[in-house]
Amino acid sequence: MAVTTIFGARVKRKEDPRLITGQGTYVADITPPGTVYISFLRAPYAHALIKSIDTSRAVAHRGVIAVYTGKDFKGKIGPVPTGWPITTEPPIKIPEYYPIPWDKVRYQGEPVAAVVAEDRYIAKDALELIEVDYEPLKAVVNQEEAVKQGAPQLYDTIPNNTSFAWHLQGGDIEKAFEKADRIIKQRLVNHRLQPTPMENRAVLSIYNKGTGDFTIYATCQAPHIHRLLLSSMMQVPENKIRVIAPDVGGGFGSKIPVYGIDAVVGIVSREVGRPVKYVEERSENYLATTHGRDHIQYVELAAKNDGTVIGLKVTSYANLGAYLSTASPGVPTYLFGLMLSGAYRLEAVDCKVYGVLTNTAPVDAYRGAGRPEATYLIERMMDILAMELGKDPAEVRRINFIRKEEFPYTVCVGLQYDSGDYERTLERALELSEYSKWREMQPKLREQGRLVGIGISSYVEMCGLGPSRAVRGTGFALGLYESATVRIHPSGKVSVYTGTSPHGQGEETTFAQIVAEELGVPVEDVEVVHGDTSAIPWGMGTYGSRTTPVGGGAIALASRKVVEKGRKIASSVLEVSETDLFFERGKYYVKGAPSKALTIQEVALLSYQSDKLPEGMEPGLESTTFYDPANFTFPFGTHICIAEVDKETGSVKILRYVAVDDCGRQINPLIVEGQVHGGIAQGIAQALYEYAVYNEEGTLLTSSLTEYAVPTAMEIPEIITDSTVTPSPHNPLGVKGVGETGTIAATPAVVNAVVDALSHLGIKHIDMPLTSEKVWRAIREHSSK
Amino acid sequence: MKLKLTVNGKAVESEVDPRLLLVDYIRDKLSLTGTHIGCDTSNCGACTILVKFPWSNKFVSVKSCTMFAVQAEGAEIKTVEGLSDEKLHPIQKAFWENHALQCGYCTPGFIMQAYAFLQENPKPTSEDVRRGISGNLCRCTGYQNIVKAIIQASKEMEAK
Ligand code: FES
Ligand code: FES
Repeated sequence: MAVTTIFGARVKRKEDPRLITGQGTYVADITPPGTVYISFLRAPYAHALIKSIDTSRAVAHRGVIAVYTGKDFKGKIGPVPTGWPITTEPPIKIPEYYPIPWDKVRYQGEPVAAVVAEDRYIAKDALELIEVDYEPLKAVVNQEEAVKQGAPQLYDTIPNNTSFAWHLQGGDIEKAFEKADRIIKQRLVNHRLQPTPMENRAVLSIYNKGTGDFTIYATCQAPHIHRLLLSSMMQVPENKIRVIAPDVGGGFGSKIPVYGIDAVVGIVSREVGRPVKYVEERSENYLATTHGRDHIQYVELAAKNDGTVIGLKVTSYANLGAYLSTASPGVPTYLFGLMLSGAYRLEAVDCKVYGVLTNTAPVDAYRGAGRPEATYLIERMMDILAMELGKDPAEVRRINFIRKEEFPYTVCVGLQYDSGDYERTLERALELSEYSKWREMQPKLREQGRLVGIGISSYVEMCGLGPSRAVRGTGFALGLYESATVRIHPSGKVSVYTGTSPHGQGEETTFAQIVAEELGVPVEDVEVVHGDTSAIPWGMGTYGSRTTPVGGGAIALASRKVVEKGRKIASSVLEVSETDLFFERGKYYVKGAPSKALTIQEVALLSYQSDKLPEGMEPGLESTTFYDPANFTFPFGTHICIAEVDKETGSVKILRYVAVDDCGRQINPLIVEGQVHGGIAQGIAQALYEYAVYNEEGTLLTSSLTEYAVPTAMEIPEIITDSTVTPSPHNPLGVKGVGETGTIAATPAVVNAVVDALSHLGIKHIDMPLTSEKVWRAIREHSSK
Repeated sequence: MKLKLTVNGKAVESEVDPRLLLVDYIRDKLSLTGTHIGCDTSNCGACTILVKFPWSNKFVSVKSCTMFAVQAEGAEIKTVEGLSDEKLHPIQKAFWENHALQCGYCTPGFIMQAYAFLQENPKPTSEDVRRGISGNLCRCTGYQNIVKAIIQASKEMEAK
């Protein structure tokens, strides 16, 4: 790689000028002439039979164009496919998942009818004129209840509401437990969350009667997958659908899945012959767009009295909601179980996961997806162990870390961690947080009645999803490579086409930096194109912290091929052999005659003037590459949270938060820090505030932003960030990915801090979210003992 | 109903339904789509704009989803599109320089809120800023760089 300064520079983002001036284009902003609006009537019950639906009054309403129920689409729209039907024995049971059911609803907010009207207000009026006769059934919302004998059954074909039982074994678990001095048992609840991108979902479909083509604008994280699954549901050839994800206002996993109503919007645009637009309201987003997490875990940790951890047994009940969303089976299993070793040298892990269907919204990936649940589990257990042994939690981690010289290290469940120096991030975080000072002060503060706790979380995560060979083996429907096209135009300007689909992560900038570095051209000359299936060869999308390691890797490799082709052309034009040329900062120089040189941008023009090309070479200067990584990447780090609990109210205040992350080489530290800040805010939110709550009848009690506690600037503290750099040895750029690290690390750091603050009361654990009420109750209970 | 108001410095006249929300009027009728919608309970602030009511001589920030369009009769409103001409407003510039946005969906709302806030609090501390923007939600940034940007903008605006 050439040595320039653009890779690693804090470049201001290329996407910002449009976004700060109100010139961004989100799906809801697009309104072609003649657009009509679709709204969905949603079930008020979580579990009910649909006896009849009367739409006559809605049909007659002024301004209404059409009204549909599930029956109208029977045979016209296929079921929503599951993209990750994991391999289990016996095989996973997949319920039929129709966009609009006609016989039974299985979660509150499931669509039962649709109104198409001239404007949104009319459509909503007409929804109120539809009469549905329901026969309510008993609902079950909790996964432990749902697997019990006699629980309400969602499907006749899926006994005990259990879609699958998945089992992962690594190492000899019996032996590990025999060797143990102590076994620590703990039940942990990793509660349900509502992802809450600030932009709700939206879909706009434009059908061209003349060509039979659909153009579908969608708020999605993976346009090509969207197209593929839409094609299956809509029963329209894939090449007749163009999916465009324009500016997308955050996703956090909830815009990976393909939703049934997206296909409805498509088909309806053909039926009514006009563009059809759907813009979700926040309450719909909360009721019917996927949720995240929701595991109940029974954990046993086998350890020695010197603090060495040896084995981990986990039985987890994962609430999948009423249907299997696109990636949902893989999230609480592979993405969870494989990460249970954390940063430590565990000898054995045994993990059983029951995938349970309940009368709740479908659950799928939410930032981190499985890995936060695993990290929370192991990091809570490390603290509980330290507490039981009366050891410093930092020391317990130090004892168990995989050591720097042991990489690449194969953990007992089979993953090979690529590179790391875990202890270094711990030491740095201890220093930045003034750990020893706080530890010393802690008892004195207690004497003064101040409850201050220190929480450590040392994490590692698997990123850069992922090597196709590995993910295909898990039942994933496709490979997880990424595509890139790098094209230098005759004018020397560069367009880059990526199969990833960033929606806030800033890759229009970082990818331009990669190309500017590789080709030696000004970053201003590079334009990144994403999110349009017509422009891009193929793409797997943005999630799993894969965009930069995999998508960026593809771009680097494509750029290098462009440089190589350019070299051939330059050698032919300059009449020297290829080996006599060297390429630096965008120029091909003749060795020993540095005045004889051509810039790659000049070579580009020559490449289109085909008379200058070497014999047999095709014109143009571009390359398309599919990069399939050799392995996952494994970023890591340590976060430390210092929190104070108010004895009287139970409220928690974060006094200091330090994050030391290692995501390998950094292309743009400004953007890296931004990802870390945002991720931490979401991690803190889970630890302290957010909770998606259903009552026993299956009514979502947190169906608006009034009830669902997304933190504001008042709740999120100033974050101190620092980093170390341990490049990934197998990634073309040495990068590892950083999109999810903050969320993964923060939740246990905060909970560990709060529990530490209360440890003198004998409190060993409190389940999240640590709201004032919960903390206050725990203090009361333990103080009276 | 007839509606007359000034939008980003231009006089506008429209025929609107009494129940039309101001935010929908701005987005759908005026095609100013920089003002966003993020909720249905006036919690998120994505729709924040500036309004100078006929009885007042200064702009206040308003969540435009909480007002009917007809309530803006005779008012002057400013949306993110009207904040700057050729040159970026110092708040916009500071957002750009401090990486105060990621997906950008909340950004116009924050910028307009910052404008109103700085008008009243020209020399804020970080704590003041945090309180001042606590009616707006951002899911991407963790707020840190937003706070930084607003502090920077305050300094630049003071210097002028
Ligand atoms: S749209 Fe959320 S406050 Fe107006
Ligand atoms: S930048 Fe995405 S919500 Fe604020």
